[in-house]
Amino acid sequence: MAFSILKAAGAFALMALSATTTLAQTDPLGAAPAARTDKTTIIVGSADFPESQLLATIYAKALAAKGIKTDTKLNIGSREVYMPALLDGSIDLLPEYAGATLSYLDKNATAHSPEDVAKALKAALPAGVSMLTPSQAQDSDGVAVTRATAEKYKLKTIADLAPVASQLVLGGPPEWKTRKEGIIGLKELYGLEFKSFKSLDVGGPLTLSALVNDQVQAANLFSTDPAIADNKLVILEDVKNLFPAQNIVPVIAKAKVSDVVTKTLDAVSAALTTEDLIVMNGRLANHDSFDVVAGEWLAKHKLN
Amino acid sequence: MIAWFSDPTHWTGSDGVFALVIQHLIYSGVALFFACLIGLPIGLYVGHTGRGVVLIAGLANALRSLPSLGLIVLLVILFGPVFTSDMAFIVPSIIVLVLLAVPPIMSGTYAGVAAVDPAAVDAARGMGKRPLDILFDVELPCALPLIFSGLRSATLQIISTATIAAYVSLGGLGRLIIDGRAQNDYYQMAAGAVLVGALALLVDLAIGILSRLTVSPGLTRRL
Repeated sequence: MAFSILKAAGAFALMALSATTTLAQTDPLGAAPAARTDKTTIIVGSADFPESQLLATIYAKALAAKGIKTDTKLNIGSREVYMPALLDGSIDLLPEYAGATLSYLDKNATAHSPEDVAKALKAALPAGVSMLTPSQAQDSDGVAVTRATAEKYKLKTIADLAPVASQLVLGGPPEWKTRKEGIIGLKELYGLEFKSFKSLDVGGPLTLSALVNDQVQAANLFSTDPAIADNKLVILEDVKNLFPAQNIVPVIAKAKVSDVVTKTLDAVSAALTTEDLIVMNGRLANHDSFDVVAGEWLAKHKLN
Repeated sequence: MIAWFSDPTHWTGSDGVFALVIQHLIYSGVALFFACLIGLPIGLYVGHTGRGVVLIAGLANALRSLPSLGLIVLLVILFGPVFTSDMAFIVPSIIVLVLLAVPPIMSGTYAGVAAVDPAAVDAARGMGKRPLDILFDVELPCALPLIFSGLRSATLQIISTATIAAYVSLGGLGRLIIDGRAQNDYYQMAAGAVLVGALALLVDLAIGILSRLTVSPGLTRRL
């Protein structure tokens, strides 16, 4: 008797095991279905660097002030990660950089001026996603060098790097390896082949430390980074327009667009300036919280 | 993912699997060497004399709770001005891995020596052996199974954590995981994870064989 109970228990355990294996066989790399039950909340996502997280916080707070239910998912990752999340409905709203988004969506995009980029981006956005009015505030990608390097090689523009690039190490985020506004574009447009490329972070403390301490001689930094002035760095001029205009623009799932949302975010975009971004990035670098910096900016512009 | 593995361009070159595995093994090997250099003598001393047990237990637990990723970024920024070369990234990575591996090696060695049959130690003393001879001829060989188990868990932790070297621009298999994430290339990421797992198992197997060969059969009762 005891034996048959054991056998039954064994068979049951085996069944349970085989059931788990069938579950495990669903492709873990396939797109997960968006399990969203709450249709009214607007989920604001952001990229994995402070400015994007701050802008997402500002959007979320501005919308919440108008009585819209919001939630934030900050620090998601690079555009290659959060754009699919917007498309599959895991998030609804993103602060985006017009030019970079355009070339992510359309690899052959050539638009450069803010107006052209905005127009081209509107056309390139996938179905179900729309953009609101871009802000005048810009934060462009740039190639930065230290003042010492700039003087040594007489560098003013990215093109000036051509004769010396083979002696210099370039630093930037890992996605630069495969992005057009990265190694690929620097090679195709400017003919630059650096000695090597170091994968660091997205214009963050690792990149800055590596550039200042000469582990890399050229690095990807953002024009609104207060560290550029603090550390006497030089952003090389992008004479061949590799990096398109990067006006900040809310990109939103069409289903979530309403008059209130549009009006609120347009007001935020209208009030935001590049100088605001530099000042606020400086405060974030001094460890002020996103909430505090975002809240104070909104209060100053009476958007809360 | 099979397609990723069967693409020959993913295997060779400076970013290929072979190069990355070698880099991974170098970081791991160097870190394990230094961790043994620190952990073994301390463990032997504490186990032999019985002094400082509380201290190393506390220290080992404190070290285990250090967040590796936070520590590595902090160290890179601290060491940045010290070295101008890649050492500014290599030294912090090695330090983080060593700190991770010292506790299991140290506790394993201490526990192994402390657990040696007191009768064997007494017998050795009765035969007129000096303290150091007792340590190296009796206690160390008898403690080997536990020392190896500490070494194995340290090695596993080092190999799985050596992926963070890629976070601060170095190579190793973490390159596949971190680049894969940034480029939304999940196949590359998964390939990196599988390779790290396979490498850890292989190295663990190698240490297992080494321990079978070196541990006295009298201890394992495999006579």
